[in-house]
Formats: sequence, structure tokens, C-alpha cells
Amino acid sequence: MTTLKQQEGGAPSRKGAPRPSGTSSSRGIRKQAAATPWLFLAPYLVLFIAFVLVPIVFGAWISLHTWDYTRPLKPFVGLQNYVELFTPDSRQFANFWGAMQATGIFTLFSVPLLLTIPLAVALLMAKKFPGRNFFRAVYFAPYVLGVAVIGVLWRYLLDNNIGLVNYYMGLVGLPSDIAWTTSTPAAWVALVGVTVWWTLGFNAVIYLAGLQDIPSELYEAARMDGASAWQQFVNITIPGLRPVLSFVALTTLIASVNMFGQSYLMTQGGPGRETRTAIYQIADTGLRNFQMGSAAAMSYVLTLFLIALSLLVFWLFRERKDGR
Amino acid sequence: MNHPKRSLRGRLRAATALGAVALLGLTACGGSGSEQAASEFTGEYDGPAVELSFWNGFTGGDGPFMETMIEEFNAEHENIKVSSNTMQWADFYQRLPAAVTAGEGPDVGAMHLDQLSSMAARNVIVPVDDLTDTLELTGDDFTQEVWDAGVYQDERFGIPLDVHSLAMYYNTEHFEKAGITEAPTDAASFEDALKKLQAAGYDTPFWMPSLWPSHLMNLSLQWQNGNEPYDAEASKANFASPEGLEAIDWQRGIVEDGYSPSNVAIDSQYVAFKNGETSITWDGIWQLNDLEASGMSYASAPIPTIFDEKAVWASSHNFFLPRQAQPDPDKANAAKVFIAWMSENSAEWAGSGMIPARESVRAEGALEGMPQEAIAEDIDSMRFLPPVPGIGQVQTETLEVGVNKAVLGEESPEDAMTEAADNASTLMEENKASFGE
Repeated sequence: MTTLKQQEGGAPSRKGAPRPSGTSSSRGIRKQAAATPWLFLAPYLVLFIAFVLVPIVFGAWISLHTWDYTRPLKPFVGLQNYVELFTPDSRQFANFWGAMQATGIFTLFSVPLLLTIPLAVALLMAKKFPGRNFFRAVYFAPYVLGVAVIGVLWRYLLDNNIGLVNYYMGLVGLPSDIAWTTSTPAAWVALVGVTVWWTLGFNAVIYLAGLQDIPSELYEAARMDGASAWQQFVNITIPGLRPVLSFVALTTLIASVNMFGQSYLMTQGGPGRETRTAIYQIADTGLRNFQMGSAAAMSYVLTLFLIALSLLVFWLFRERKDGR
Repeated sequence: MNHPKRSLRGRLRAATALGAVALLGLTACGGSGSEQAASEFTGEYDGPAVELSFWNGFTGGDGPFMETMIEEFNAEHENIKVSSNTMQWADFYQRLPAAVTAGEGPDVGAMHLDQLSSMAARNVIVPVDDLTDTLELTGDDFTQEVWDAGVYQDERFGIPLDVHSLAMYYNTEHFEKAGITEAPTDAASFEDALKKLQAAGYDTPFWMPSLWPSHLMNLSLQWQNGNEPYDAEASKANFASPEGLEAIDWQRGIVEDGYSPSNVAIDSQYVAFKNGETSITWDGIWQLNDLEASGMSYASAPIPTIFDEKAVWASSHNFFLPRQAQPDPDKANAAKVFIAWMSENSAEWAGSGMIPARESVRAEGALEGMPQEAIAEDIDSMRFLPPVPGIGQVQTETLEVGVNKAVLGEESPEDAMTEAADNASTLMEENKASFGE
């Protein structure tokens, strides 16, 4: 439903795992408790198995059927649901790939903005100035709101005939008749813009934590060597933030690919079907039209794309051993 | 999804696989066929005290009236306590099948007429023929169309509570300034009114929505032009027939002639009407209470007959009984007592802006002095969607998309509606196959 609602916040620690020491007491703990790690993991494992692993397997099983859960017969159809997604003259084909394209467009434009703007905000917020906490709160505040709130709010603000956005744009001499929610590409500008406004606070907070982890001695040393602000940014800040960057890039990517609520509430997938994202199409197919098998197949295809993209991000942010 | 073009080999493979799966016992879930609600209904309930859960989607101006009626029912019946669970209709139609399939369905509910056959075909609801027999309810007390639309495969699944249609609302202050004394009734007087309103300074007097309720306007116009949007066998959509295209052309024409701004987003034509930014709007009669509460000066009238026949889209709230995993005869009987009482007392429901479905209730003066009185006079010209399983899905997937594209000017009305009609015909064929008609 929402984007960017990760449970696990916080930057990964930069410090490595503590080395096991050779004292007798720690050896005793290790001996007595082969089961200890499992016990610690148990609550999470139970949830993981019940709500992640089982649904994954069951979903794959469903995708091999014509599965309408209200009907007694759910005939096995093998890979037919997948084949239809890749057969240009099937009814699902155009809808699904149109939705995949919409998801692609949204991801392409939202991810770079959600990587760079929060970084700029975090760099500003890391400086000491009066009212800093107030501004930090201002940037984070929208993230607290649910997607239903921001969707309805912006639907009215962006309405091209009665909304405030066009009204104010007209007052300052800008075009005042842009159809923000009923025409493309304006609808994409609106959806990406609202999403950036809504979620940049989360990424900014993580960047901020990462920035504070970079030792200030490095900057001091660089300044003594006469490095400019830009050189400091490129040679200290960016490398220091790398683990944080890869975390932010990955979670932002996943959240953007899973976008649904914004277009469901603000544009209703319109004009026509142009802003129907993949999740929107999957929800419509499975929950409203009862074609669970086809919807499950769609979600597996989407998952494959997401895995491929995630691997690409991992590769881009990998630890480079170039000797410097 | 039972694709009609599936190859023979595909079918054979599927059949073999189905056998294998059945052997594994993995398809063991869901009941078979439709089941009658347990036990004969006697018209009264004198068993032990029961509590009934009643699901509905009366979230708008109609909600408080439903709550009042339930309270009165509870006060009159010592051994029955009805507690209602109200949710958005869109959620309702997703949740109900899931709940019933999981054996957690409500004891009684209300839904729209055009969903009854889908829910019946999905075995979510059970027939209520014994109820109509005991209550001596017959088609004579209802308009034929609303009564017939509750029947699916020779069994009745719904007891109509009300009828609700589109209506025309207009701003009386604007009309006065423009010198219009009577509500327009046909294409000529409607256009005349729009011209006069423009001359009086109301530049865009009739906003044409691009989404809800635009497709309902479109259906009304198609019927007015003698077009059946869905043919009698429910296997073909006719939105793109010459008559159908005239209907959508008229809607797009409102924008092109400058009576409406372009790109009217969802809900904004109604908000604009309440703000006095537009003078006329067509919307459901369920908005009456909301308009009343807003304090604006408005009046309501039937929508004008733009083409040849008097016709307007309408739907109806129907009481139904969900299938129960473990039928409880006491609860089933109590639920029927509840439905019977609500139907007999539906005069009160008129306060919600709806039109009581029963002629006898209307004849007793339920609508006297009510704002919907004038609209109710046209009840015989109200048209309902055919009782075909899956018709709701066909509408959202095809007609709504086509009307949206055409009204926005994204595509020519002809292209948009031809594509929509083709998709709808395919979907209807698929539905027919999957519901085994």
C-alpha cells in the first residue's frame, strides 16, 4: 500500500563484529548454549515462516492455477498464467506491461530524486545553526502521515480546476491550467513530487546518522591539506557514506517499485490506465476481479525484476579494492 | 482464467494436472452448489436471544438513517439484537466473499443490485425465495425491472430496499440570475439553459466529470438513445454502436463547447457545485442530504431527456443472506425477521434521500414533501444493469476507462469506446465460461 515504510531504520554499523576473545567465560557461554541463537531468533523465525516463507511458496502454487478463492474448483493450469503475460494478444498482456511501464517510469524518476535531495537536506541539517531541530522536524513531518492522508490531501490541492496549487501558480504568473492528476506527463510530475515530499525525511534522517559517524578528524586533516569543500565531499563524505548509500538506494528502490497508494488515491490510475502501477494492477486482478492465479504470476514476474534491480544496486555499491 | 483461445493440448494438460491435484487432495475447500438458508421461515422469531451482525456500506448521508432504523428494530424485538458493521462499498465487495469463504461472514447484509448475481454465482449468498413467499412479496409491489434483477438462475437472492438513480441538481441563485424559471427537460432546453447561464457570467455551468459518475451519465444517455449497453445474452457490449457513440459524443461535446472545463478530476465537479463554481451537476440522489446540510440554495429534478426516450441509470440496495459455514436456524430466522421489518418500514428510509422500492410504501405517502419526490415520479423510466455475474468488473475495467479517455480527450470518443466495447465483450465471454452459464 505505501512506499518507504521500512521497519528497520538506522544505518548499518560501520564497525566490524567484535572478535571472539579467548577468555574462559565466553567459551563457557558458547558451550552451554548451542540453542541460544535459535532461541533468540525464534520469535522472528516464526513470523518469517508464517508470513513470508509460507506465502511465498503458497503464492507460487496459486500462480499455477486458475484460482478464484470463492469457487470450489481451482483448476491447475501449469505455466499458463505466465505464458499469458508474455503473449501479446492475451487480455492480460497489455494491462500488465502497461502497469510495468508505469512502475518503471515512476521508479526512474523518483529514485534519483530520493537519493540526492535527502542527501542535500542532510548535509544542511548536519551543520550547526539556530533552529536546526525545528527544521529537522519540518522535513521529517510529512513522513509521519499515512498514504491515505497525503493522497486525499494532494488530490484536492492538485486539482486543476479547484485546487490551490494551480491557483497560486497563477498568482505568480506561472501556467495555472496544468492538469496535475488527469493528464500525463503532469500526473507523473505530481506523483513523483508528492512522493519525494512525503518520504524524503526518512532518507534524510538515515543520511544524517551516517554523516555523524564520519570522524571529524578526516575533515580537519583535509582542510589542513587545503582541500576545498567539494573535494572534502567527494573524497570523505561520499566514501564514508557508502554503506548508508547502498542501504538507502536499496530500500528506496524497493519502495518505489511497490508504489500503489499514491496513484490509487490521487489519479485512480488515470488518465485511462496510464498511472496504474504494477501493484495496482496486481491488486485489481487478484482482489477485485478474483483472478488470484494471474495476479500471483504477475507478482512473481515483478519480483524477478526487483531482484535483478537489487543485484544491480549491490554491484554498483560494492566494496571496490582499487588499492586507494 | 479460462482463456477461450486455450489450445487443446493446454486443456488436456490442465485436465491431467487437475486429476493429479485432486488426488493430492489439495483442492479440498469451498462448498458445492447453492444451498438454501436453513429451515423454513415462519414470519416470526420466538427462539432464544440472538445477536445478528449486519454488514453494509451506508457510509454517506444514508448512514445515520440506517442506524436509527436498526435501533428501532432492536427496541421492538426483545430476542434479536442487530449490530451493524459499516464499511466503504469498495471494501465491502472485497471483504464479503473473503469472509464468507473463510466461514466468518455476517448473518445478514445489504448490497447493490448489480452485485447480487456475481455474489450468487460465487456462492457467497443464498436464495431468499421462502422469505418472499412468507412476506407475500411479489413483483406487483415493485417496478418490474428492479424486481426481476434480483433473480439469478431462477432463484431470488435479494429483497430490494430502495431505488436510487442519477438526478440533476441546479443552483437556484444562478438560475434566477440567468432568468431560467424551469428545470430543463430535454436537449434543447438544456442547451438553452447553459447558454443563458454563460451569458449571466457563469462561464462553465455544467462540469463534465472524467470519472465517477461519468459512466453512469453515459449509461443513462445510451438508454435514452435506444441503445442497450449490454445485449440480452450478456455476451456483447454495445457502447460503440452508432447510438452509443452519440451518447459519448454528447458528453465530450459539453467540454468542447466550453460548458465544462477540461480535465475535471474525481469528485471535483461535485465540490465545484457546492462551492457555486458550476451551476448544474448530475449526481446520485444519495447526495441530497449532503446538499441539504451544506445550506446552499439548490433544487433537484430528473435528468433531462437528451435523446428520444426517457431513461436514467438506477440501482437498488438489496438485503441478502450470506452463505454460512455452519447454518444456525435461529439466526437465519431472526435475520429474515429483520429483513421483513426493514422492508415494511422502508418509508423511514426515504429520509436518507433514497426512494423506497415498495410501491405500497410510496403510496402511503413516504415521499411527500421529500426532495426526491419529483425524481421518484419517473421511477418507471429507471434502468438497471442486467443481472449478469461479473458485470461490476466489466464496468470498472472497460466502460469507466473508455469514458475517462473520451471525456479527457485522450482519445477520440470513437476509438476509446470501440476499445472499451471490445474489451468488455471479451471479458463477458470469459465470465460466461468461468461462471458456467
